[in-house]
Amino acid sequence: MSHRPVVRISCTINGVAREFKAPPMRRLIDVLRDDLGLMGTKEGCGEGECGACSILLGGEPVNSCLVPAIQAQGADITTIEGIGSPGLRHAVQQAFLDHGSAQCGICTPGMVITAAWMVEKKLPADEVARTLAGNLCRCTGYSAIIEAVQAAIVAAQGSRG
Amino acid sequence: MTHARIVGGRHGKPDSLDAMTGVARFTDDLVLPRMLHAKILRSPHAHARIVRIDTTRAEMLQGVHAVVVGAEMPMRYGIIPWTPDEQALAADKVRYVGDAVAAVAAVSEEVATAACRLIDVEYEVLPALTTPEAALAHPETRIHEANRHGNVTKAVQLAFGDVEGQLQAADLVVEGHYQFHGSTHGMLEPHCAIGHVDGRGLLTVWSSTQVPHYLHRELSKVLGIPTHQIRVIQPLVGGAFGGKSEPFDLEFVVAKLAQKTGRPVKCLYTREEVFLAHRGRHPFDMHYRTGFTKDGKILAVDAKSVLDGGAYSSFGLVTTYYSGQLLGSPYAFQSYRFDSTRVYTNKPACGPKRGHGSVQPRFAIEVQLDKAARALGIDPIELRRRNFIGENSQTINEFHIGSSGFLECLTAVEEASGWKERHGKLPRGRGLGVAGSTYISGTNYCIYPTELPQSGVQICLDRSGRIRVFAGTSDIGQGSSTMLAVIAADELGVELDDVRVIAADSDLCPVDLGAYSSRITLMAGNACLNAARDLAGKVRDAVATKWGCTKREVLLAGRRAQRLDNPEVWMPIQEAFILAECAFGTMGATGSYQTPKEGVHGEYRGGTIGASPAYSFTAHIAEVSVDEETGEVTVEKVWCAHDCGKALSPVLVEGQIEGSCYMGAGETVMESHGVMASGLRTDGQRRDPGPGKEGLLAASSLLDYRMPTTLDTPELHAFIVEKPDPRGPHGAKEAGEGPLHSVIPAICNAIFDAVGVRIDALPVAPEKVLRALREARKS
Repeated sequence: MSHRPVVRISCTINGVAREFKAPPMRRLIDVLRDDLGLMGTKEGCGEGECGACSILLGGEPVNSCLVPAIQAQGADITTIEGIGSPGLRHAVQQAFLDHGSAQCGICTPGMVITAAWMVEKKLPADEVARTLAGNLCRCTGYSAIIEAVQAAIVAAQGSRG
Repeated sequence: MTHARIVGGRHGKPDSLDAMTGVARFTDDLVLPRMLHAKILRSPHAHARIVRIDTTRAEMLQGVHAVVVGAEMPMRYGIIPWTPDEQALAADKVRYVGDAVAAVAAVSEEVATAACRLIDVEYEVLPALTTPEAALAHPETRIHEANRHGNVTKAVQLAFGDVEGQLQAADLVVEGHYQFHGSTHGMLEPHCAIGHVDGRGLLTVWSSTQVPHYLHRELSKVLGIPTHQIRVIQPLVGGAFGGKSEPFDLEFVVAKLAQKTGRPVKCLYTREEVFLAHRGRHPFDMHYRTGFTKDGKILAVDAKSVLDGGAYSSFGLVTTYYSGQLLGSPYAFQSYRFDSTRVYTNKPACGPKRGHGSVQPRFAIEVQLDKAARALGIDPIELRRRNFIGENSQTINEFHIGSSGFLECLTAVEEASGWKERHGKLPRGRGLGVAGSTYISGTNYCIYPTELPQSGVQICLDRSGRIRVFAGTSDIGQGSSTMLAVIAADELGVELDDVRVIAADSDLCPVDLGAYSSRITLMAGNACLNAARDLAGKVRDAVATKWGCTKREVLLAGRRAQRLDNPEVWMPIQEAFILAECAFGTMGATGSYQTPKEGVHGEYRGGTIGASPAYSFTAHIAEVSVDEETGEVTVEKVWCAHDCGKALSPVLVEGQIEGSCYMGAGETVMESHGVMASGLRTDGQRRDPGPGKEGLLAASSLLDYRMPTTLDTPELHAFIVEKPDPRGPHGAKEAGEGPLHSVIPAICNAIFDAVGVRIDALPVAPEKVLRALREARKS
């Protein structure tokens, strides 16, 4: 079973150049979690339906359970571990804390990734709900998440200018 | 001088930062050296006898370390000790498509999956009974041979007062037939477990369970090893909602395979397996007769329900009682009778989902009330007010009601929604509906008979000024660890960040029964408060000695000990803790909680089931729009007011209210869990799933099981009502389950307000609405 061909893949993950070997069709989520130990990316369904495994690939949010490893070749990848730092919370993280946006926390990494992308893209507040439609949350009813993302977008714009 | 209390403050969950930064560790995030991966082989048949299992080919596959079959763990178990009808792996019979038959531990999930395909199982296929009607009609085809009553798992009949006489005397009798469909929890973290055996034979099981204590007991029973040789650890849990509140096959499988291989073994469910594990909301078929005076007072409630239980008992004994026992408030009934029958079917087992057993009857009674209000020309909110049971009262089935903010809840949603100006007056296609409900703040009794406390908490003070709280409680996202930190910090004068809560580890923590029946805030909260008060007394004592005052003059707050009458006199809390340790030795205390047994419930058989130390109250108003062309119903807005006694953490309580409204709205208009089954459809047409399809999941993915996204979720307005109950810590009652109940009937009542038709069979699907509109036009 383990004699499948592997390819060498070079990419940037959370700002650090990485190189790893993997079968080209290995799921990127498995590479991240099992091979590289980036356990922040969660698997909720493995079928691209829940968004818990969202990462940024080439600056765009994708479900990493649907991305074959080969697509990481040369790509710039951001996982939840690359958002904020212990000393400096990302605006989204602070807003999620303030609004009580995380209950069980399993969807939260994917939500934060998508939200950070929205902050980066400076999306208008009324597009937040539509943009989050690919990330399921079973705990909150979304209000606290949508409000937090809107607040984070405002906060980030304020701090820039 | 006043100080900011932590209790009631607008804090978030301090531990949620771990999830936001990706460092939170759920069970599947744990990796142990030399760990193997397990997969479970499941039955393709809804009902069959296992004639033979041959695992030879699987065992020979490279990378396979062990295979386990049912005969190796034959002991029957069940979360309710009186109904042990499950086996870790089916030994002789499978009872639904997906029943576990064998399991493999291998070097990877991929190899384990391949090995499962190499296990040869010979089945003798039996007739599949996939509906309660079929199961009741064919008692000769017993799903459980040992069951004494055909395919009936539990039947309860209880009567209070003269129901027939009151129905005769009533000015109005409303008769209704209601169908509640199945729905499932849909927690986003699939079940996962890891087993590990150390050199001395100590078995450790990490599991995404919400009942580590009960899991501990069942592991001991099924594996035949004493509890002191088992350690159960519940890492962070990614949602549960009742769906992880009993043992599952994978927990026994990883334990047994770890014993067999001497290596750690992990098993993670696929999303399809989560749907198969189920234990979700029971489908109910309900006939209700309700008698009213012309003033709208309830004279009699006569309820008859059939519960579709699925393949195993699960919590079904309790569900069957709950289907009637939890209806006795917030309205006073002059007489009441219920007759509930739970039936085995060849489907994934049903169990407790948020609002266990009482969401379905609540739907029926609240629609009955709406029909009565229309018939009598009484405003539906006014009709509910007139029937309010009152505070410090007793329900007809003899449960003691303490505090109740039900009237305040009704008023809050009435005002916020603009009910008086808008109900019955919106343009056709738009409508408002109201409903009310109640729920327990923990079940009064443990599921096994015991005199032991329901909850224990241990607190240690640290020389660094930090507090450690050890509790058996399960934080499944609801924030129980935050709740404990809030109570401890508030009492001991530190900030939330100064409290470390170590929870749900059977080696480290005193027992708590688990996260079910909305029990933790009241029970563990009280235990925590007891321990914290004990320690705070000693700290204040030590400080008072130093200052030469009485301990009553010492206040602990804001990381300080200070003189109550002179805030200029103070010391850092760390110094106060050190003084206390010098005076009393190592600072630790335990607290425990036992429910009151006197004056809580009646003495009749079954009178303890549904009893709780305190009850929460809820009112919902829903606003819907109905597209008469397509039959589509959109839940536009939901207003929910919930009496939780005292909101220890208002942000978290609002989160529970909003999440409950979302979940209830989802199962009203979108979600449905069930299997392909032959029989009659609600429109009278015969249904035939086709050869080999009987019993297959109708929706086995998150695409087919339609949980609301951001775009499907109504605008939610949460209101906290506080009627402190003397039995709750700081007066607190539950908030996690009550706020789901009445959103469902509120939506259905709003549909009637919008277009004048009743949808009494859930879910509210467009074709049902169109059919009802067609029939309304005909008549």
